[in-house]
Amino acid sequence: MPSVTEVLQTMDYGPAPESNSIVKEWLAQHEKGFGHFIGGSFVASKASKLDVLNPANGDKIASVANGLPEDVEKAVEAAAKAFKSWSKLSGFERAKHLYALARHIQKRERFLSVLETMDNGKTIRESRDIDIPLVARHFYHHAGWAQLAETEFKGYGPVGVCGQIIPWNFPLLMLAWKIAPALAAGNTVVLKPAEFTPLTALAFAEICMEAGLPPGVVNVVTGDGKTGAALVAHKGVAKIAFTGSTEVGRMIRQQTAGSGKKLSLELGGKSPFIVFEDTDLDAAVEGVVDSVWFNQGQVCCAGTRLLVQESIYEAFIARLKKRMETLRVGDPLDKSNDMGPLVDPVQLARVRGLVEKGKQEGGTLVQSPCPLPAKGNFFAPSLFLDTEAASTVMTDEIFGPVIAAMSFRTPDEAATLANHTRYGLAASLWSENLNVALEAAARVKAGVVWLNSTNLFDAAAGFGGYKESGFGREGGREGLYEYLQADWIASAATAKAEPPKKLSGATEAALPASDGAIDRTAKLYIGGKQARPDSGYSYDVKNAKGKVIGQAGLGNRKDVRNAVEAALKASAWSSASAHNRAQVLYFIAENLNSRADEFVKRLTEMGASTSAARREVGASLQRIFYYAAQADKYDGRIHSTNAKRQTTLAFNEPFGVMGIICPDEAPLLSMVSLAMPALAMGNRITLVPSQSQPFIATDFYQVLDTSDVPDGAFNIITGARDELAKTLADHDEVAALWYHGNAGGAAMVENASAGNLKSTWVFGGKRLDWFDATQGEGAEYLRRACQVKNIWIPYGE
Amino acid sequence: MLHQQAAPSGLGHNSFPRNAGTPLQLEWFENQQVNTSAAERRAASLTTRRSVKKEYQAAWLVKAMQCIDLTTLAGDDTPGRVTRLCAKAKRPLRDDIVEGLGLPEMPHVGAVCVYPTMVSHAVKALKGSGIPVASVATGFPAGLTPLPMRLAEIKYAVEQGAGEIDIVIHRAQVLLQEWNALYDEVAAMREACGPAHMKAILATGDLKTLRNVYKASMVAMQAGSDFIKTSTGKEDVNATLPVSLTMLRALRDYREHTGFNIGFKPAGGLKTAKDAMNWLILMKEEMGRRWLEPDLFRIGASSMLSDIERQLEHFITGRYAALSHHPVA
Repeated sequence: MPSVTEVLQTMDYGPAPESNSIVKEWLAQHEKGFGHFIGGSFVASKASKLDVLNPANGDKIASVANGLPEDVEKAVEAAAKAFKSWSKLSGFERAKHLYALARHIQKRERFLSVLETMDNGKTIRESRDIDIPLVARHFYHHAGWAQLAETEFKGYGPVGVCGQIIPWNFPLLMLAWKIAPALAAGNTVVLKPAEFTPLTALAFAEICMEAGLPPGVVNVVTGDGKTGAALVAHKGVAKIAFTGSTEVGRMIRQQTAGSGKKLSLELGGKSPFIVFEDTDLDAAVEGVVDSVWFNQGQVCCAGTRLLVQESIYEAFIARLKKRMETLRVGDPLDKSNDMGPLVDPVQLARVRGLVEKGKQEGGTLVQSPCPLPAKGNFFAPSLFLDTEAASTVMTDEIFGPVIAAMSFRTPDEAATLANHTRYGLAASLWSENLNVALEAAARVKAGVVWLNSTNLFDAAAGFGGYKESGFGREGGREGLYEYLQADWIASAATAKAEPPKKLSGATEAALPASDGAIDRTAKLYIGGKQARPDSGYSYDVKNAKGKVIGQAGLGNRKDVRNAVEAALKASAWSSASAHNRAQVLYFIAENLNSRADEFVKRLTEMGASTSAARREVGASLQRIFYYAAQADKYDGRIHSTNAKRQTTLAFNEPFGVMGIICPDEAPLLSMVSLAMPALAMGNRITLVPSQSQPFIATDFYQVLDTSDVPDGAFNIITGARDELAKTLADHDEVAALWYHGNAGGAAMVENASAGNLKSTWVFGGKRLDWFDATQGEGAEYLRRACQVKNIWIPYGE
Repeated sequence: MLHQQAAPSGLGHNSFPRNAGTPLQLEWFENQQVNTSAAERRAASLTTRRSVKKEYQAAWLVKAMQCIDLTTLAGDDTPGRVTRLCAKAKRPLRDDIVEGLGLPEMPHVGAVCVYPTMVSHAVKALKGSGIPVASVATGFPAGLTPLPMRLAEIKYAVEQGAGEIDIVIHRAQVLLQEWNALYDEVAAMREACGPAHMKAILATGDLKTLRNVYKASMVAMQAGSDFIKTSTGKEDVNATLPVSLTMLRALRDYREHTGFNIGFKPAGGLKTAKDAMNWLILMKEEMGRRWLEPDLFRIGASSMLSDIERQLEHFITGRYAALSHHPVA
């Protein structure tokens, strides 16, 4: 230790280590290894052991069980048993339990912070000031939801046993994001922490015991990817929640396809960090520090694509480089360090590899000059210059402290570059001009947008992505829905939908037109125009008695491609005002009404009685009115996030291009029941109508033509239902897909949707009663037709 | 014009070329953006990102003490009170503490700061100590007396022996964005200071917005200030970390434009050793090591010194100290 006189010369910070003696004591108590936490106590496992290493020095600090399928089995059993009573508890009783968990976490906040730092490598500043306080906050907030769930979510109930798989970057915080809402909504859970970082989850299990949580409500099974796969595959699990890589998320989507399991995925990102020319540059420089050099850059929502307006590019980069000089990397328990080690040598190798690639591709690497410790998985804060939109370091998620920079000329170009990615998790936008900032926020396709700020989190706001960053939200009201299911879906008629009949282009003679009318050809409807099917074939449409009454176009892949292309171009529908969309929907109803007799006739021709046909047309008009009414009323929220002078706006945004596969029953009513909520929220749709009764839809485009529906907003492709569904499910420009067919088709759709991780809504082959308003219409349809974008707006002068 | 003025020999100056000022350069600040929320976040996290312990902490506290402008600016100041303060300025620590810290000699504070009519008493009391006397001037604290009187007040204080003059700016000129008028007044004050070292008090609590703080800082430096200072201690809001951060960024930008090194002085409301540490960390992170010396950094304070003494005693003895065990200022 230098003398006071010496320090007066150097004015160095000196070492400031946080003591870890209490955590070491705890680890010593568990020297023989941890079991799983099942049914309220720690149980031994026959499984092999996994070593847990301290990333700052590579020392082994604990060993945990590498969970076997039989361990998962026991845990799911315990959770299922506990579900019976836990789900029946009053909201108040569940609230008391969640409140107790929050209190106990606060009582052990320093212990948990130090343990997290030793296990994960994040700095003690972050675990102490960010992670652990947010954990407690999450449980407090959700104690409130437990209390209110019955009244705030009328008509919804818990899902059942939830399997939750969390990553290593925010171990205890991700646990809180998973467990708190699940428990609040009345579910029980089996949680698998990440292989690298299982320790705070095990400490949390102790807290569950201390806090008197009923046995089996929370179960923790440690292990690697195979343990996770066993949990995903388990039939007793009703819902899977996963946070992790897009690659694993895709596998889970495929693995759960057709299982009926509810699924939420919070995956990777390559988020833009956009600096406009009127920004407070110093503020944005600090933003970069908090964005990509936070948690060693191992943050899914990190702003890793630095887009700077060309007019200030040089000035900004100069300041950023200067700022990098004062960053400190080292022992994460030292209170004066900005960055610790990466989580594991594997991660370090990955980051090094990508950085090497960046250099080979011509990027210029700038790194903080700070000394790095000789031992441990340390990597210096890094900035790539001379990179382009196609550079690997600009397109691939690095998950390390590396940001790549490029310039843009105009706000328009910034939006284009920002959205030019397969991800859509977050965006950090910097401008002192309200117009520039809000327009950019509206245009960027991301679930979380921070204006003049970055990496802000709170239990009251939803977090989750667009596109291949996953689906579902965590936090806030929107997050609760991931752990609830609508009663009407749970109790919907169990009548099974039939597999579709095979269609042939070989047609028979139709019944002659009785009144000598001119022959009408039912075509496809693409981009506001009638289009002949690309195949050049039609298929026979038969009435209830099996007589051929005409031919409909046999749509194929290329027709779907053209329809999606038309829908993509019709973006004006998504940005039209809600009032404008409502007017168009009302106009559709008006024009359908004036042709009501025609539709009644068509329905009777297909075999319906006149009264049933009249009833269907009447119900359809009413349904269109319902969604016209909702168009400007199903709006967003302002979340009460935990900070002063800050507002968080939760927008309900359309997906963009949606695919809709209609059932056979009630062909007119089911079609409008599915199309109208999607349109009302601003989506452009490609719809496959009832395969057996397509004329209702081909007649309907006459209604659309006269109702000011913009070209391409509503496209209709007739033909073989599941072939068309498969093409739509495979299509990377389709962001969401609703499927009403048989169970096999539902599984196929979910499986194929893994390609771009589109949001899907299938009914597992169940048939709905479209005349029953509790099943056929309602807010659930609107909720499923949009994704929530949270825009964080700190303000103040 | 002050540009031609000879480098002063007075106390409180450093070896760098003295700020010669520049003609008013509106383009250096007119479009300056300062995002308040971001500045607050940076200020809040700055002091949680660094921690200084043990010998290091003791040394940092000694450094803070050496940067203090030990101040009395009260209506009931008397020659006796000022003399007592000067005694404390010369011997801020007990001998046993100096010895316990292993310091080669008794350190002293940066300066003693008083009203103009008290300057002569302070000069007398500090004779031979090497400690400069700073005087507030220009109608402190409101700065609303007529300009000739404000300039005369500066000259009076300099004649009385003040080596440093803490002037106050005319806040209305900032609130009305009258940059030419502000520049002219401050430049005139700098000229009136002659060889004395000039600290421009912006009274940031009155300016309200960080944008105003940045702009006023820049004009004050362009007009030739040697130091920029946050507050008189009499505004509703005194020195804060976000305000200080904004002034330091202006200071850094001015340095990039001109090459001149300007000093910084937070004042008002800094009372504890913890405050001292926070501001030292701010200086080191934003400006670097060089700005931790009294020729470029001062802390306007009075009660802070006692708290530093107690912390240093605790460092040496491991026991918490009583205020009454240290000589009163």
